[in-house]
Amino acid sequence: MAHGNYSYKPTNAFTKWLDSRLPIIRLIDESVLAFPTPKNLNMWFTFGGILTFMLAVQIVSGIVLAMHYVPHETQAFDSVERIMRDVNYGWLLRYMHSNGASFFFIAVYLHIFRGLYYGSYKAPREVLWLLGIVIYLLMMATGFLGYTLPWGQMSFWGATVITNFFSAIPVIGESITQWLWGSFAVDNSTLQRFFSLHYLLPFVIAGVVVLHIWALHVPGNNNPLGIDVKGPADTVPFHPYYTTKDAFWIALFLIVFCYFIFFNPNFLGHADNYVPANRLVTPAHIVPEWYYLPLYAILRSVPDKLFGVILMFGAIFVWALLPWLDTSRVRSNRFRPFMKQFFWILMVVIFLLGYLGAQTADDSNLVFFGVELPIGKILLSRILTIYYFLHFLLITPLVGLMETPHAVPESISKAVLAKKGGAQS
Amino acid sequence: MDNANVTRRDFIYVASAAAAGVGLAASLWPFIDQMNPAADTLALKEVEFDLTPVIPGQIVTIEWQKKPVFIRRRTPEEVKAAEDAPLGDLIDPQADKDRVQKPEWLILVATCTHLGCVPSKEMKGEFGGWLCPCHGSHYDTSGRIRKGPAPKNLEVPPYQFLSDTKVLIGAAPKAGAAAEHHG
Amino acid sequence: MKLKALLAIVLSLGLAGGALAAGGEGSLEAKHPKKVDWSWEGPFGHFDRQQLQRGYLVYKEVCAACHSMSLLSFRNLSQPGGPEFTEAQMKAIAASYKIKALDEKGEEVERPGIPADRFPLAYANERAARAANNNAYPVDLSVITKARHDGSNYVYTLITGYSEQPPAGVTLLPGLYYNEYFPNHQIAMPAPLTADDQVTYAPDAGNPKATKDQMAKDVVAFLSWAAEPKMEERKQLGVKVLIFLVLLSVLLYVAYRRLWRDVDH
Repeated sequence: MAHGNYSYKPTNAFTKWLDSRLPIIRLIDESVLAFPTPKNLNMWFTFGGILTFMLAVQIVSGIVLAMHYVPHETQAFDSVERIMRDVNYGWLLRYMHSNGASFFFIAVYLHIFRGLYYGSYKAPREVLWLLGIVIYLLMMATGFLGYTLPWGQMSFWGATVITNFFSAIPVIGESITQWLWGSFAVDNSTLQRFFSLHYLLPFVIAGVVVLHIWALHVPGNNNPLGIDVKGPADTVPFHPYYTTKDAFWIALFLIVFCYFIFFNPNFLGHADNYVPANRLVTPAHIVPEWYYLPLYAILRSVPDKLFGVILMFGAIFVWALLPWLDTSRVRSNRFRPFMKQFFWILMVVIFLLGYLGAQTADDSNLVFFGVELPIGKILLSRILTIYYFLHFLLITPLVGLMETPHAVPESISKAVLAKKGGAQS
Repeated sequence: MDNANVTRRDFIYVASAAAAGVGLAASLWPFIDQMNPAADTLALKEVEFDLTPVIPGQIVTIEWQKKPVFIRRRTPEEVKAAEDAPLGDLIDPQADKDRVQKPEWLILVATCTHLGCVPSKEMKGEFGGWLCPCHGSHYDTSGRIRKGPAPKNLEVPPYQFLSDTKVLIGAAPKAGAAAEHHG
Repeated sequence: MKLKALLAIVLSLGLAGGALAAGGEGSLEAKHPKKVDWSWEGPFGHFDRQQLQRGYLVYKEVCAACHSMSLLSFRNLSQPGGPEFTEAQMKAIAASYKIKALDEKGEEVERPGIPADRFPLAYANERAARAANNNAYPVDLSVITKARHDGSNYVYTLITGYSEQPPAGVTLLPGLYYNEYFPNHQIAMPAPLTADDQVTYAPDAGNPKATKDQMAKDVVAFLSWAAEPKMEERKQLGVKVLIFLVLLSVLLYVAYRRLWRDVDH
């Protein structure tokens, strides 16, 4: 328990008996219901709840899909179509799961960017942040493995391209890729092991999520002001205050999610994945799922195979250094006039990298929403890639040292009162 | 005033919790229903069988809805034994004429009504029908349970004779049904 | 001040990068398909039963000679949300097909189709299909409108987009036809719809005249349904789910505001 002197007290004979044997009610009460939470969290702090909900949606829908899916190269595509056509509500479950992956990533990106903006990675939350990166990497792996399973053209060629990353490793690369495939190329053996791992990894994610929440509960939540909780006046119990608030935001999130499931279920997918896998023909325009696009652009910006792969993984690894690269003594960008602007530049850069990642692999000029810009795609992605790394490795430490932050309020409750007073006057 | 306020507030909490609960419960249904037989499974509900090669006294096993079905061409003696059995002696009393459309042809779902094994065609049991190898249920030449733990007679599936030599299992006889099937 | 300079450098870098031009070069890309107002678009969209029935006819008489629809079963033709042929009509359609089966002696025979049967394949296998089609493979059409970007418009535009003669300077490879809506503008499939009334629509049922355009639209309707046979069920359930979620959100919002009313935050 981070703050306050509250502790659970069993009220009747049974709960007393249970509490001395398996204090599970105590655990739930102290870590969920009564957990003191800063009272100034805004909507960007609801994505943790949304992500927990989405993990449950993906695991439950995935388990039932696995009851019908056949992981075999001759049957996988047809078994997915059988789910769509013949299994009761199969279309719903499958669209829920495929769109669910995208919405899981939408939520995780907003969750990560919120952490970046409000300095949630800074001491004492470094381990919390690192565990989050582990979850993100596991999500990437799980999403990739899952995308292979329908065994369409994008499944097959996505699997081929991604597994070929490992062939960039000097000397042993070829052996490692063959080991991954279990064959000379992506094959039925690959599909079967990918299915097995795709089933396994979500439970590993759930395990790391438990650690992530544990690591959250030691220092307690960060908040938009980025200052520590000073006492009970700064917090409210998680239930009912944040359960209700999170439920409302989950419901809003569900509206958008359900719009895609029911009215535009293939919008976030790619038409080529409804073409059965064909190892003799690569689709003309092969792109990963949208959530990998910025990383894909970084990969393609480098002419060297090994260096490209290293840089792509480095783009995520650099996040892990962030708690130590950020030299600012203030957490929240709300009080950092310059870092705030660099944050938004970074957001634009990541978005542009994603846009570039979706373009064809030639060096023509970038056409940005119908307007041809006077810059080649490769050159632009190189500039953006360099900037991306500069943001973390150079700008973040420098700005932290040079910037003079605004005055930070003394406590959450005082800031709240000041805001209220200001609003009334 | 204060009371009314509290009541109204309670109402909104109860209503939103109830709505969320109803939504959650309703969204469970697809996850349950997906385990029911799928449309392609249900579509395999009829199977046609050519009776020509079955000789008198022979029992043929075919598959219908993933279950074995016995088609038995009964000898006159077997028909007589089935018809003569006193209803009072039966565990699950049913006359032989109610179990066949043509006395020569006995068509049964070959699933023992005890625990689902397939009664043996080779071991005919004490009543000349079938003996279930799992727990020793004896069936007679009408497929009725006569001795042993099974509680009910072997089930007669819906079927219709399309002609003297063709039977369609899975479709109950009805006026004009045969014509419709030939479509 | 230094920070402002850094910010300025970053911003101008972006602009400077923009000034560096690089050339692109055009290839024979497929033209974008024409947009058609399909009845099944939008949240309340649904198929026109008559149109799906006509579309089936066009598929059967024009496309099916080369293109299979292996994921479709005859029973689908009478299920809700589709062409909704009557049970008897659907069984008659099924029985009009010859399905390969084994007889009692284990020999391969052909029997009339039953509702549970899949549509038969146009060719025994891909090699046979290629051998019969100048080494081009007529793709399976089961999910074709989902397997192409903007699929319904794409198929409609493609099958109506043939030019009799290629433009001057374009040499067609042997056995290929000119179609600007196909990559490289050369396609192995001859124009499928060549004359009005190529398919005979029943005159009584309020059917429109079987113009080439009408037949194309009808068959696209049929293919769009076949690719997504649960579309109507999906959209109908979706409307209910969204209404429920909006109500739930309003309730939760009111509950959340009331609960937080007494907390300074």
